[in-house]
Amino acid sequence: MNVLAVAPAFPFADYLIAGIFLFFVAATVAGALIAACAKRIIRGVSGLALCSIGIAGLYYYLNSPFLALMQILIYVGAVCVVIVFGVMLSEPDEPLSAREQRKPYPVFGLLLAAVVTAAIFAGVSRVGLDTAWPKAAAADAAWKVEALGESLLSTYSLAFELISLVLLVAILGALAIARGGRDKE
Amino acid sequence: MIEFLTSEPVLAILRLVIYLVAILAFVGLNAAYLVLAERKGAGWFQRRPGPVEVGPWGILQPIADGLKLISKQTIVPPGTDGLLFRIAPAMVLAPALMCLVTIPFGDTVMGMPLVGRNIDVGLLMVFSFGSINVFAIMLGGWASRNKYAVISAARIVSQNVAYEIPMLLVVVTMMMITGTLNLQEVVTQQAGGFWNWNVFRGVWTMTNPLVPVTFVIFFICMLAETNRAPFDMAEAESELIAGAFTEYAGFSWGLFFMGEYANIVVGCSMATVLFLGGWQSPIGTVPASWGALGSLLGVGFFFAKMYALIFVVIWIRWTFPRTQFYGLLNLSWKILIPTSLFTLLLTGALLTIRSLL
Repeated sequence: MNVLAVAPAFPFADYLIAGIFLFFVAATVAGALIAACAKRIIRGVSGLALCSIGIAGLYYYLNSPFLALMQILIYVGAVCVVIVFGVMLSEPDEPLSAREQRKPYPVFGLLLAAVVTAAIFAGVSRVGLDTAWPKAAAADAAWKVEALGESLLSTYSLAFELISLVLLVAILGALAIARGGRDKE
Repeated sequence: MIEFLTSEPVLAILRLVIYLVAILAFVGLNAAYLVLAERKGAGWFQRRPGPVEVGPWGILQPIADGLKLISKQTIVPPGTDGLLFRIAPAMVLAPALMCLVTIPFGDTVMGMPLVGRNIDVGLLMVFSFGSINVFAIMLGGWASRNKYAVISAARIVSQNVAYEIPMLLVVVTMMMITGTLNLQEVVTQQAGGFWNWNVFRGVWTMTNPLVPVTFVIFFICMLAETNRAPFDMAEAESELIAGAFTEYAGFSWGLFFMGEYANIVVGCSMATVLFLGGWQSPIGTVPASWGALGSLLGVGFFFAKMYALIFVVIWIRWTFPRTQFYGLLNLSWKILIPTSLFTLLLTGALLTIRSLL
């Protein structure tokens, strides 16, 4: 299943593996930074796509190629594409004028951002450190689609149903907005 | 010597290098010669000879084209996003190369399957990397800062989002029938004559009598996803100049076309693997006693089927006019999605009945 487990006798295997791992970590961090700092929104979305690919690589390292490929299929192939589509329909890609770029409360904004980030970081790291994580179930040697489907509909059925509910609400919302727009014309 | 080459770490590296080189050469040659096939085909369909000047019957034309493209400069228009503009062509080609890693070209030769990586989620891999293609063309169009390119980019997105849905529904249907995402296994299941290929087997085993319809839907979606005529809204040379590729010159433009042809190869390979039995013989099974020769015969079958499909793609391009854009979207949302949903439900129902019996 895992390419990394195929050839243990590969020379410098450990260094290669570490190098590729660092590459994915770097891609994730760089993508996140680009997404957060980019002036142009289209670059931000590209950063998000890069970040998603990096995360997909990390999933691969967690021995979960299915999740990795789903990450690419959904986040790059659907979410990023839809965001860019929205950008294209809404806003001309002109650089902002100096007046628009001026931030109204530079110090306050920075402080608020720092506090929120620190709170999220503290929360996540506390959960990460304090929780007694159960050991991951050993992946089956013979990976099967059936097993995936069964676990989605039994062990994880609550999450599965909740996600379908969210999607249903989103579809209904989109429908309501689109219908409303059509009546006005 | 042989022992050294087949000892484990050496063999792994050797396989990797051979496969990388072979795939790159395959994609490059395919792009070059499919362009020639396209131009020859266009010529014959329109009753003219096509390219004939360079080499006998024009067979050196792609090389001349390649040299011309390489010798030209890539011009980044002023005021554009240079980085995205340069990155977009590479992003079109790279995922297509990734997809080719999992496509099984043949049976095993000397204990090694003729596939880059026989991973269990191969089917998913092709579609997840295939989905990056849209994003890349769109970035190219957007980064060009050209009205035609932006219109084309917007069209590409709505087109690909619309056709991704029936495509994935069809693939889910096939996954339910085959019960696996491993492409080599999908091919192995279809052994023993053309009536065992997925496109026919569902009809007489009653797993899904509508499999031929599913195949047609898959093929239409494949045409739309690779932006081929009659769905070439992205390029639409008579209305949008060259659409998203308007501002590209030289080999960065060539890369887009290499990507397009690589995607056609991937799409037709997927159709071959999922529906037409991959490297299986159309009559019976190649006996195991034929060994490596039998495997090579299988590779021959695979390429025969794949290139026949590619010929159909070219044939359709030069036979049908470009559809209108709302016709394109209506086809997907009003016909293909309901039909593919219906076949999905039908397959589910029939499989459930079968498991209950």
